[in-house]
Formats: sequence, structure tokens, C-alpha cells
Amino acid sequence: MFSFLCHLYQEIDLMKRSLQQRLAAAAATVCLLLPLATLPGCSESEASSTPSGGITPQQFADGVHAVMMADRTVYATHVVTNLNKQDAPVKAFEYWEDTENSIPLPAQMFRMGAELVDENPEAGFTYSLRSKWPLNEQHQAKTELEQKALDFLSENPGENFYGEEELGDQKYFVAVYPDRAVAEACWSCHNDHPNRGDDYPEFAKDDVMGGVLVRIPL
Amino acid sequence: MMIQLKPIWNAFRESPHGPKWLTWAAINLSIAAYFGYGLVAPASSHKTVWLPGETTHGHYQIELDCNACHDPGRSSEGPSSSDVMQDACIRCHGEQLDLAKDTHPAKKFRDPTNAERLKILDAQNCLTCHQEHAPEQTLAMGLTMPADYCWHCHQEVADSRPSHRGMAYDSCATAGCHNYHDNRALYEKYLDDHHGQSDHLELAALPRRSTAETLSGAIRVQEPLAVADADHPPSWTTDDSLLNDWATTAHAMAGVNCSHCHRGDGDSTSDDGAWSEQVAMERCRQCHQRQVESFMTGKHGMRLAAGLSPMTPEQARLPMHAGQAHAELDCSACHSGHRFDTPFAATDACLRCHADDHSLAYGDSSHAALWREELAGNGPAGSGVSCATCHLPRLDGDSGIWVNHDQNANLRPNETMARQVCTHCHGLEYSLSALADPQSVASCFAEAPTERIKSVQMAHEWFQQQEAKRAARRNNR
Repeated sequence: MFSFLCHLYQEIDLMKRSLQQRLAAAAATVCLLLPLATLPGCSESEASSTPSGGITPQQFADGVHAVMMADRTVYATHVVTNLNKQDAPVKAFEYWEDTENSIPLPAQMFRMGAELVDENPEAGFTYSLRSKWPLNEQHQAKTELEQKALDFLSENPGENFYGEEELGDQKYFVAVYPDRAVAEACWSCHNDHPNRGDDYPEFAKDDVMGGVLVRIPL
Repeated sequence: MMIQLKPIWNAFRESPHGPKWLTWAAINLSIAAYFGYGLVAPASSHKTVWLPGETTHGHYQIELDCNACHDPGRSSEGPSSSDVMQDACIRCHGEQLDLAKDTHPAKKFRDPTNAERLKILDAQNCLTCHQEHAPEQTLAMGLTMPADYCWHCHQEVADSRPSHRGMAYDSCATAGCHNYHDNRALYEKYLDDHHGQSDHLELAALPRRSTAETLSGAIRVQEPLAVADADHPPSWTTDDSLLNDWATTAHAMAGVNCSHCHRGDGDSTSDDGAWSEQVAMERCRQCHQRQVESFMTGKHGMRLAAGLSPMTPEQARLPMHAGQAHAELDCSACHSGHRFDTPFAATDACLRCHADDHSLAYGDSSHAALWREELAGNGPAGSGVSCATCHLPRLDGDSGIWVNHDQNANLRPNETMARQVCTHCHGLEYSLSALADPQSVASCFAEAPTERIKSVQMAHEWFQQQEAKRAARRNNR
């Protein structure tokens, strides 16, 4: 029994370490793509066209989004849902920092990665979660363009939204991608969440629960 | 072109107003020299003339070292740093904010969608809320802006938290409920986890210190030493009482001989240097790094950290006993050789200097009675409450329980003390209520708090409501 407990705690410790490494790896992977975005030619008029020898902000946003979503899907599916299915003592929990045997929720995992990228002065872009039905009010649309993007994603399933906006005298290229319910842990937790409002949808697999927003200064 | 001084001098001599002119010139030169020297002088009272206004209680100790905050050369980004004072804040307080899990770090506002909000209140700049040299507008905790700052972003809080409806817009941080930076003892889950605790816990005791385990780096405890093992120079006139004192200490028990502290210049790790009667703090630091470094970040040690002379009670703004006016604060001020008496350092050393209401009331408090009982051997270890119990808290570190020697760390804000100290013996609601009651603080908690803070109950009810909603969803399925 004791050795089993020791083994279990080692597993938990390894899992927490691997989460930290994953965060760092995600940030590093994203950063590897950064020099591409800083190549000449990424002006407003060229946001969606390919300049000679470089990539467009849209291509850059598509690339970093692919990395984000790969990690997000793996974490939600193979870590959080897998632990739930095994009825493991370790759970994804909002207050994981102060609670034994708990790991971050997928949304927290995503936000912590976004914060690490945000802290990196070389990154040159930011990303975040947004939703029309945010359980965390920090994730509601904050600008007119963001609201427009979320409406667009709802009305055009499967499509991405691209646009430009000016915030604080700085122009940005904005890409918003549908954030889908990829794992059972996503919709089961969201559907039962006490913060859900009266108009909250009943989510199921592959439903668009919100958007992943990538913002690049032009 | 050479200036011919002789004709000027002759003109002065021959002028009927010559002496007056000379006097005028001398006075002006003296004034210019006085102010000019203040600009270039090292940190000292000469700088006083350039102080634009009284500094806060957290910075007055180093106010005469203008460069501590205003020197671009000290910035990590070099002399061209664009925000010299902001860098100075982060240099001293950045790590503290990280440890406090700052709930409003500057990075939180980096999202470009905050651009319009930041125009109203620049939450990325410490100086927006914490200006210095502005005593006429300085509130508690060095706050220099109206206390309604929460309102700008949280005015709709009652929509998601109906329990907050009708609360005063400036009461968020003044009712024992929230702090802008440090909410480790105030956030909802922690409150709920400690709901329902009795005022006085049944198991009331401090954790034991892991002194040996928390020594610095490669320092290892050696074989115990006795008086006969003392390796002082043969020529040195032996003071038996001093050696006997040393032989009873943890130092002797851990194999720390005379030469470990008295040889070397203090900066060296070698024991081969010249014998020195004085022991520099750097010597203490070799084994007690964390304790020395934390001492340097508190009000006792911050002058030393800034390269100034040690703090003395004479310089303090709090009431102090006159007899100790010139006592210099370093390790040996409280841990005097050769006994390094920790019970003395934990209370008597403090009360030797401090003479404010809180300190003077300690002796008659139930905390002090428990401390006396423990020292007399009538109370279990850790059951007494000394000054150090609360102000030099025993914290759980990577290698064991260590004593934080920054006596201000859990007063920024004082609710932090509830989590680090009070809850070893008291319920959280009782602890927060006592810390939020100025009368209770002044009397050294001689009486129970007159008013109970509501946040613990509110957090508990909120979690109950959340769980009820979850259960209702499951039942309706």
C-alpha cells in the first residue's frame, strides 16, 4: 500500500513537472515561428497577401494557432479526460495551486501558456480565449471586432474570422478560430458549470464553444 | 581666454560698495556650494535639502540615497532605461510580488484591449498608485490615489456576485476582504476551506524550525565541539564565560568553531584570514543565507541593502526607547554573541527598542503568558507566542521550516499574517477579524475583535450556491 502511494505521488509530481515543461515547450515552439512574422512586408495592406520571401500575418496566425490547438487538444483529451475516465485521484480543478492532487483546467493551461508568450518581449503577438457564453468573465468579447468575430463563428461553422482593428493608436491583425469541444471533459464540465447563464447552450462533441483569438501588431 | 581677476578685485576695493558686493558674492557662493554639494554628496543628511517632500513609512529609511530610486545606471536595462523609478520598484519588490501571487500584475493589463482602461488608470505603472514625496495624499500602504480604484474595472461585480450589492465603492480593500496585490489569505477558496473553524483551535502550535536542513548551500553540520576544541589563537586571552556560552549553542553542537566566524574578512569563504573580533554579516550569510537576505528586505535591514549605515532606533518613525537610540541593527543586534539566544532575540531584543502601544501591551497579553509558560517548560514546544512568532514567521520552504527575517513581509498587507501565522492557533475568520480591528492590533490582541469580517461566510455561501446549482443540473438530467 505504501509503495503504491509513493508511486502515485511520484506520478503526480512527474505530471506537474511535465505540465511545466509542456508550457515552456509550447512557448518555445511558438517563438520559433516568430522570426517569420517579423520579415519585411507585413503591413496592413499586405496582411492577407504573400510578400516576396516572407509570410503574411494570416499565415503566421494560422501557424501558431495550429500549435496551440494541438497542445490544447492533447491536454484536454489525453490528460484531463483520461484522468476522469480512470477515476484517478488527480483531477483538473480551478483552484489547483492550493489543492492536493489537482492540475489546471484546460482553459487555465491555455491561459498560462498565453501569459508566458505575453511575457516574452520577442513574441510579437498575443493570444487568448473568447466566448459568447464565458464561464470566466475575463473571456468575454472585449471589442466590437471580437464580438463580430464570435458572431461570425456562430453563423459560419467551420470558418475562421480575420480582421483588423486599432487599439490605443496601434493597428492589429486579428484572427479568431473556432474553439471546439474536442474532449468529453470539455462539454461535461461546461454543461454542469454553475456559472452558466440561462441562455447557455447544451454542448456536445465538436460544438463551437468559443474562439481562440490571435492578435498581431501591424 | 584668461579671466583677469586683479582688475576685478581692484574694482571691488575701489568701489564704495565693495565690501557689500564681496559679502553678497560670498553668501551666494556659500548657498550654491551648500546645494551643489547636496547633489553630488554620497547618501547622507547633506541630501536633505533636495528632498521634495516626506517619503512614506516604507521608504524613509533610504530616502537620503536618492540614487536608490532615481539612478538610471542601477536599472537592469542599463542607463538608457525609459522608466527609472518603475525599475527601482521592481528591483526591490518584484520578487515579493511574485511570492505573493500578485493578483494584479502589470502583465495582466498588457492585453491591447485594455488600452482605453489604461488611459484612465495606468495599472502597469507602480507610480500610478504609489507616488513618493507626497505626504498630503498618502494613505495606508503607501497608496496615493483615491481609494475607489477598484471601481473603475469592477463596478459591475454585483452582477456575478449578488452578495456584493450595495457595498461601498471604496470598501473593497478596507474591510478585511480584498487586497490589490496579495490575496493569499483572502481568496474565495482559501476562505471556504477555513469556514466554520472555532476561534481557538484545539491543536495550537507553531511548526518546529528545521535549522540544520535550511542551512545554505554546501554547509553541513559537523561533529559537536566542546570548550577544549575552541580554535581561537593561542595568544588570545581566553574569556571562559564567553567560551562556555559558545559551548552551549547550536553553533558548537553543529561543529562551528571560533575560526568559522572570526577568521577571514567576512566576504571570503576561507577560514585562513586574519583573526577579527567583529563578525561581518557576510560571515553569518555563509550559513544563514536566507535569513540574512530576508533581513535585508525588511525595514530593519533595507538600509544595509542600499549600502547605507545600519538602521538605528533613532531614525525610526515608530516610538522607540530612548536608551537604544544609537543601537545599530545587524545580526548581532538581536543574536548577540556568544549565546545567540533565540528566545531573547524573539521578544526581549524587540522590546528593548520598540515602545509603541502594540509592543508595550505585549507583556500583559495572553500571547505573552503562553510564551512565558513555554520558556518555563510548562507549555509544549511551539505553544508560546513571542514577537518573532508573528513578525518573523516560520515558513515552509523547499528544504524545511525556515524563519523569514523580513519582519514586514506579512504586514504587506497584515492579512498575510493570518495565513502564515495566526491560523496555526486560530480560526481564519477570527484571525482576519482581529487583524482588521485597529483597537485589537493596538492592544496586542488583548481582547477579541469587536466585529467579525463577513468574507469567510460569504465565500462559503457562494460555494454552497454553486454546488446547489450543479446538483440541480444533475437531478434535472
